Amino acid sequence: MSDFIMIKVEKLNKSFGNLHVLKDIDMTVKDSEVVCLIGASGSGKSTLLRCLNYLEFKDSGLVIIGGEQIEKETHDLNKVRARVGMVFQHFNLFPHKTVIENVIEAPIYVKKISKEKAIIEAKALLKKVGLSDKENVYPSKLSGGQKQRVAIARALAMKPEIMLFDEPTSALDPELVGEVLATMKELAEEGMTMIVVTHEMGFAREVADWAVYMHEGRIVEVGHPKELFSNPKEKRTKNFLDSVL
Amino acid sequence: MDLFTKFIDTYPVFLKGMLLTFQLSIVSIFIAIFIGLFFAFLKISKVKALERIADIYIFLVRGTPLVVQIFIFYFGLTSINMPDFWAVVLGLAFHNGAYIAEIFRGAIQSIDNGQLEAGRSLGMTMGLAMSRIILPQAIRRALPPLGNQFIIALKDSSLASFIGMYELFNVATTYGSVEFDYMSYLLIVAVYYLVLVFFFSIIVRMIEKRMASSD
Ligand SMILES: Nc1ncnc2c1ncn2[C@@H]1O[C@H](COP(=O)(O)OP(=O)(O)O)[C@@H](O)[C@H]1O
Ligand SMILES: [Mg+2]
Repeated sequence: MSDFIMIKVEKLNKSFGNLHVLKDIDMTVKDSEVVCLIGASGSGKSTLLRCLNYLEFKDSGLVIIGGEQIEKETHDLNKVRARVGMVFQHFNLFPHKTVIENVIEAPIYVKKISKEKAIIEAKALLKKVGLSDKENVYPSKLSGGQKQRVAIARALAMKPEIMLFDEPTSALDPELVGEVLATMKELAEEGMTMIVVTHEMGFAREVADWAVYMHEGRIVEVGHPKELFSNPKEKRTKNFLDSVL
Repeated sequence: MDLFTKFIDTYPVFLKGMLLTFQLSIVSIFIAIFIGLFFAFLKISKVKALERIADIYIFLVRGTPLVVQIFIFYFGLTSINMPDFWAVVLGLAFHNGAYIAEIFRGAIQSIDNGQLEAGRSLGMTMGLAMSRIILPQAIRRALPPLGNQFIIALKDSSLASFIGMYELFNVATTYGSVEFDYMSYLLIVAVYYLVLVFFFSIIVRMIEKRMASSD
């Protein structure tokens, strides 16, 4: 783990109309760190992730990715998004494309690498997520866990600097959660910088370097997962943990 | 003379009429698809002025009879020396474009927003995400109502008879008036239309099947 700062967020604010969703968020994530984001539904976790890859535009504050301060005016946000991988709760695979077509789509059309090269890389990624035998299958034929692993491979195909996961296992049947978490754990061990919104406390304890508890758009408490989960300092954190554990 | 002999005696002329009906509808639908896509994009552009332009177009088309639209195009365009065929084709395309715009708009908006987000999160531009991710799915979803609109357009092309084009309906009414026997020729022309519509439906279903192979 190096000390290079992958993501730095300073005084980030975001509102939807009158609804102030993110309030003065500060956060620093170093290279190869894994951060778990927890908090009640509606506390702004998804919005925070979406502001980090500019699917939503912040109202104010700073977002620094890989040392570069990202602003609408100075950066091609499409290029920024390509550097930040995102995995969604509902997978969002492209249903009209086969598994391998899902994976090679962006490398070919966004990165403009050759199809041959994209296929070689995609096959390696699919092997890594354990889906080599599903290359030519359409997403509708996959289980939820398989879909999410394809979605991870698809994001990795862009060779992102950071991976964001928004409740990657919440839409899965319980017996399929493990295979996705295992893939994520492997990724973490390889040194990927990751921000994961999850309520899988076991995963957080085992894999995360630190955890963040969000409440009503604010970061209320930050700490090592084991510490934060068993010994929360803030009353709101404790109440939340009591309600989910 | 019975219906069958009339059918046999007139089929070369009817086939010519059928060819013209077919050309009028195919060409006008082809153009209408582009008009429809264009206005569908205006409608979903989230730019008020553009949305308004699309609304006005759709309002005009829906609010006036097709036969009036065809006549306006016919007299307007032939006065600048456009051939009859193209005047009618453009009138039909103008009309069907509005309905096709609504079909495309509905289909595009029915695609889960997560698809666009997934594309964009991979670094795709709006245009790329539209053309590679959203439109292929939307077009698939639009196919059944589009097929329906094609069939309506095919039947509506009969209005071209009012400006003297010898498409199917005009052939039928001409024989009917010459031989003082409208009923026989109307029944005969109904059969030609049925065959054409049947043929169209089969093509549409074949395309649908091919596109659905992934689901
Ligand atoms: N695009 C949007 N427009 C309006 N309100 C939104 C939008 N996205 C999220 N919100 C609101 O912002 C708040 C935080 O949402 P979200 O970030 O999704 O929370 P979480 O992921 O923690 O459940 C919620 O009240 C939600 O309704
Ligand atoms: Mg959320």
